[in-house]
Amino acid sequence: MATPTTLAKAEDRVPATGHAARLAHVSKSFGGPAGGQLVLDDISLDVAPGEFVTLLGASGCGKSTLLNLVAGLDRPSAGSIETPGGRPALMFQEHALFPWLTAGKNVELALKLRGLPKAERRPEAERLLELVRLGGSYGKRVHELSGGMRQRVALARALAQASDLLLMDEPFAALDAITRDVLHDELTRIWRETNLSVLFVTHNVREAVRLAQRVVLLSSRPGRIAREWTIDIPQPRRIEDAAVAELSVEITEELRGEIRRHGQH
Amino acid sequence: MASTETPVRKGDDLAGLEAGLDALDSVQIRRTPVREVLLKKVLPPVLAIVLVLAVWQLLVTLEVTDEGKLPSPGAVWGSLSTMWLEGTLLEVLWTSVSRALLGFLLALAIGTPLGLLVARVGVIRTAIGPILAGLQSLPSVAWVAPAVLWLGLNDSMMYAVILLGAVPSIANGLVAGVDQVPPLFLRAGRTLGATGLKGAWHIVMPAALPGYLAGLKQGWAFSWRSLMAAEIIASSPDLGLGLGQLLENGRNNFDMPGIFLAIFLILLVGIAIDLLFFSPLERAVLRRRGLLVKA
Repeated sequence: MATPTTLAKAEDRVPATGHAARLAHVSKSFGGPAGGQLVLDDISLDVAPGEFVTLLGASGCGKSTLLNLVAGLDRPSAGSIETPGGRPALMFQEHALFPWLTAGKNVELALKLRGLPKAERRPEAERLLELVRLGGSYGKRVHELSGGMRQRVALARALAQASDLLLMDEPFAALDAITRDVLHDELTRIWRETNLSVLFVTHNVREAVRLAQRVVLLSSRPGRIAREWTIDIPQPRRIEDAAVAELSVEITEELRGEIRRHGQH
Repeated sequence: MASTETPVRKGDDLAGLEAGLDALDSVQIRRTPVREVLLKKVLPPVLAIVLVLAVWQLLVTLEVTDEGKLPSPGAVWGSLSTMWLEGTLLEVLWTSVSRALLGFLLALAIGTPLGLLVARVGVIRTAIGPILAGLQSLPSVAWVAPAVLWLGLNDSMMYAVILLGAVPSIANGLVAGVDQVPPLFLRAGRTLGATGLKGAWHIVMPAALPGYLAGLKQGWAFSWRSLMAAEIIASSPDLGLGLGQLLENGRNNFDMPGIFLAIFLILLVGIAIDLLFFSPLERAVLRRRGLLVKA
């Protein structure tokens, strides 16, 4: 295993001067070492403790691959990845909840695998469900929940890992616009209530600007860091705020430029 | 933290909005009322059975063939009540059912670890996977002859035939179940820390359960069929009277009602075990996972 599997406890959290994740010259190619296809090329990126970073890019920019590397599900071909807080939590585009367990038991499984004693699991699971405003849904089956509720349970399950770093792989892409909007508000609220660092992958420019303190634009094939923006629009933001829209236009232009380059040869 | 910069009203709005969305989107699960179950699930098969009995009786009344070949439903019922009055009916049923159940449990104990090994260990899968899949198409009657010669005319021979019939089904069901586990569950499990044995126990096994149950169901059918083949072919006074021997005795005595009765009883046991045990179990598992779509 490339990543350390020790558990992050509150007192072990990295000091504010450190980093929640540090990627140094990370490259990834698939296929053989000679004829392989380069997907990520020399990515260096730090996520500070408590920072919210979105990775933005078009299809094929390797952003999901990058998250898999940070999550420890795959190994980089070159470079190094440090996550001092231990194994990061990961949320997918699909809720990935286990259908043989209730909503509450899904959260409890994460607590169990984290090593929390049995007696503390039920109250902690209920607290986490309360945090995502699903206090009454402990005994609900996954198929009885709406798409938005499922993603909130998935968020509660990710939070149950008590990791410093939450990786999110387009978690709201499959939701309707109203629900997505609400979940943006919820995620911002929860992020501000906890000390969580978030690395959020999306291809939705407005979503990136709505949520993040920093937006990192990736170019495609191979994925390289093309540009970064630091966003100081105060939270809570709305997706329709003028400042969000204005910056989104600028970033979209840049993103389109990146995509256009691929049509030229 | 949020409330320091945000008016309280906004937080309340969000909670209210979310509660509204949840209420609008949630799926309402409704259990079918008993009357509807009786009307739609019980009535059609009962009608079908009544129809078959009526046609049967009609054929006997019209004397399409002599009674030695086609006994009347009444004569078969007569054989049944005779056996019941002699007290042999339950004994014969129990002899066969207990053999089949014990054989099935043995097959379960062997087929499950075997299936796990084939599913999870690449070399073993390449080595015996195709043979295991092929064994399912080999009629278990074929095993009776060698089993009698190896083990003699006794219960061990019966169990050997059951095992050779049922173990491949159970193992293959489990392999298929494991193969169909969505990769997303495995990735989600790994990020939660469920790797190795923990992953097998918390993720792979429960995710593979529907396929495993389908394998068990088929394994039971194969157990029962194998046992009947063994009982019909290998009869000996030492073995005790089971349903297969009952059928064979009917043939030797030209007792057509007895033969019909034996066939009905064999069919009935197969249906009953499936209907009383495997089907409810399978439906319960699928319903809990939201995989049972109501027509």
